Formats: sequence, C-alpha cells, structure tokens
Amino acid sequence: MNETRKPRVATVSLAGCFGCHMAILDIDERLVGLMQAVEFDRSPLTDLKTFTRRCDIGIIEGGCCNEENVHVLQDFRRNCDVLIALGQCAIMGGLPAMRNAIMQSDAPLRECLEEAYITGAYIRNTTHQIPNDPALPLLLDRVYPCSEVVEIDYQIPGCAPGGDIIFETLSSILAGRFHGFSRDSFKFD
Amino acid sequence: MSGTGFSFTIDGVAVAAEPGQTIMEAADAAGLYIPRLCDHEGLRHQGGCRVCTVKAGGRSVSACTQPAAPDLVVENETPHLNKLRRDLVEMLFHEGNHLCPICEASGNCELQAMAYRLDMTAPTRFPYLQPSRTLDASHPDIALDTNRCISCGRCIRASQDVDRKGVFGYVGRGIHRRVAVNADDLASTDASIEDAAIAAGTCPVGCIIRKRHGFATPIGERIFDKGPIGHDIEDKRRE
Ligand code: SF4
Ligand code: SF4
Ligand code: SF4
Ligand code: FES
Repeated sequence: MNETRKPRVATVSLAGCFGCHMAILDIDERLVGLMQAVEFDRSPLTDLKTFTRRCDIGIIEGGCCNEENVHVLQDFRRNCDVLIALGQCAIMGGLPAMRNAIMQSDAPLRECLEEAYITGAYIRNTTHQIPNDPALPLLLDRVYPCSEVVEIDYQIPGCAPGGDIIFETLSSILAGRFHGFSRDSFKFD
Repeated sequence: MSGTGFSFTIDGVAVAAEPGQTIMEAADAAGLYIPRLCDHEGLRHQGGCRVCTVKAGGRSVSACTQPAAPDLVVENETPHLNKLRRDLVEMLFHEGNHLCPICEASGNCELQAMAYRLDMTAPTRFPYLQPSRTLDASHPDIALDTNRCISCGRCIRASQDVDRKGVFGYVGRGIHRRVAVNADDLASTDASIEDAAIAAGTCPVGCIIRKRHGFATPIGERIFDKGPIGHDIEDKRRE
C-alpha cells in the first residue's frame, strides 16, 4: 500500500434535487485545495458510474425513493469506509418524503402519481398514463431516509447545507478530528 | 422582596427565590436558562413535555412545575440531562412530520431551535413514524397543520384561560392523544386571529399558521437566526 495516497471520495445524488451537489461548489475557491487533497472516484463530478476502487468517504445526497436508489446506496456502503448523509433529503427524506403522508390517503403513492400524471390541473400528458416503461426503476412504497437503509456515519444538516459547513466537516473528517458542529453553524433549512 | 426569600443553587450558582416560585421561574430571573417547550410566559404550567427536566436533590423533576426550596441543589446543564432532552426533542421530530425546509415556522420554531441548542445532529436511532395527519385550512385567517403539532397544550391553555373560549382541547389517549378544535373544523369555531391562542409565539411550532404571514421574514432575520433559544434569558446574567 502506498502510505501517502490521497483519500478517495465518491458522491451520488439519489432522491435529491442536486442542490446538495451544487452546495459542494459553494465551498468556492477552497474547492481547489480540496480537489488537490483528495481524489474523486464514482461521482457526477467525474461522470464515473461505478467504483474504480474502494473509497475512504462516500457522500450521499437524497434519500431512497426507488429500488435503484437502494441498490446504489448499498453499493456505496460496501465500497466506502465512511458514509456521510448530506442534506435533509438524505437525512430524513426531505421534500420527496412529502408523498409519504399525503393527507388521509390509503394509497399515497398512487394518489401522488395520479395527480402528477393524470388528474393534476396543469398536466399536459398526451398518453394519459402513469409512466410504466420497464427501464424505469420501480418506485418504493414510500421515501426512506438513508439511515433506514444502511448505516450512516455522519450527517451534514441543511437544505442545502452551506458551503462553510460542508468544507469544515469534510476537512475535519479527512483530518480525523471531527467532533460535531458548533451550535450556530448548522440549520435544518 | 418579602423577607422570606431564600436561596438555592443551579449548577453551583446561587439563585434567589421566593416561596411558591418554581425552579424555572427563579432560574429565569437569575439569567440561567432551562430548556422548555410546553411552558410559555403568561400561561399556567402544564409539565407535559419534560424537556425542562433537571436533577433537584438528585431526583429528576420538571423545572417548570417543581417549586424551588431552600438550599436545593439543582443540576441543569449536564451532558446527561442534555442527552435526555435531546432524545425527547428527537422523538417529537419523529412522531410528527417535520419538513423544516418547507415550513412557515422555520427559523422561528422553538422545536427546531431546541434541536439546534441540544446539538441534534447525529444520525438517528429512532424510526420516523410519518403519521397521516390533517391540515385544516377552513378558517379565512388561520390554518392548522397538525403534522407539526407537538401536543404541548399551549394553545389549549391560552384559549381556555386567556381568551375564555376553549377552542382547542386534547382528544384521545397515550400516543394517540392529539389536539383538536371544538367543532367540525376551525372555521366553525369562534377562533379569531386576535386570540391569544393564535398569537405568534403561542404555538411553538408551525402548526397554528397565521395565513398570509408565512415566509415574510427573510432568512437571517428570523428569531433564532439571531441567537440560540434561551439567549434572551442568558443575556440577563451577562449584563
Ligand atoms: S436537501 Fe434540499 S438541496 Fe439537498 S437534495 Fe434535498 S431538496 Fe435538494
Ligand atoms: S414546526 Fe419547527 S421543527 Fe417542525 S417542520 Fe416546522 S420548523 Fe421544522
Ligand atoms: S397546536 Fe401548537 S400550541 Fe397547540 S398543542 Fe399543537 S404545538 Fe402546541
Ligand atoms: S417545560 Fe416543563 S415539562 Fe414542558
């Protein structure tokens, strides 16, 4: 083993809006230093769709809303030493989880899809059908936070988290000295 | 001062008290903050949420209802008590549907601010119950999003004792206990936007919503953007 190799980082967006990945860019010019200190593996930033090697850190945006999300998250758990849930969607389901508790509905998923594709007032769906192409990943009954699917080591709150908290947390985890957040540094929104 | 005053300690600090004062009332006056959710200034004490739990003479008591006593030794800011409080607050998050990013109360919410104060940032050990709860938007000026209700009873006490209306009350028992209105929906009650029960700050969370007021304050200028919950009390001591 090469003792001085750079830590390897992988990232993925599951049931998220990509806002948390955009927030990584809010690190601003510190990103340059970070990019020199680490090596990105599987990530939308590198466009690598699979792991080339085992990674030190996996950063997850979004929870699990379909079966593909679950498989990808499990793959991250298998291939990363440390998993970080980035943002409220990964931590507790976030906005997609609004579909879990559609008021008084016995079948919230069906109701959500019907409104989105058939009955909604502003829909222009010429097929009048809920998309069911076999290539589409199967939706789960509800949206699950990452911690209900695999073990999560750290989480960075926010929607999206600010650049500062992402930078501070990543740097301190990389340096092996992460001891939580200071009280005024994190928000849930 | 009536001359019958006495003193006791909270975390080793001497605190003056009058007979009949609760531990929390004496602590507030002395500029020592004890976390709380169901207690609210101007309302009678309920002692329901247990977030104010302190150790008094070694026993766990709710500071908002327990009278102060001469020479009582109270522990408040200890890792053990704050962990217990954090677990209580976390369970309140899990028991309802708390999507802070889309909530009108975000930034002004006492539950959220308490989670910040108590460092609720570690991956959770509890399941999310994700209940299906009602939203009552029938009233022209007020909406009730019970997904966010923490059953603290502050609206109930304000409506009963201050407004003399009794618009709100508890229904059900145990984990099924919920807050409900005394008619089919809010529009059918005599609730008014002028009520103390509806006033901003009575409901600690985003359940009682004053329509057309949501998201009016920009991020950075909301109540708890300016300082952690309890800082107004703690500032008294620093002065
Ligand atoms: S937490 Fe917010 S910013 Fe991040 S993926 Fe979810 S909705 Fe987007
Ligand atoms: S009521 Fe408070 S804790 Fe609940 S969603 Fe709104 S801001 Fe968050
Ligand atoms: S509506 Fe608000 S004030 Fe009333 S019990 Fe629920 S959380 Fe408390
Ligand atoms: S504040 Fe004392 S029990 Fe709620």
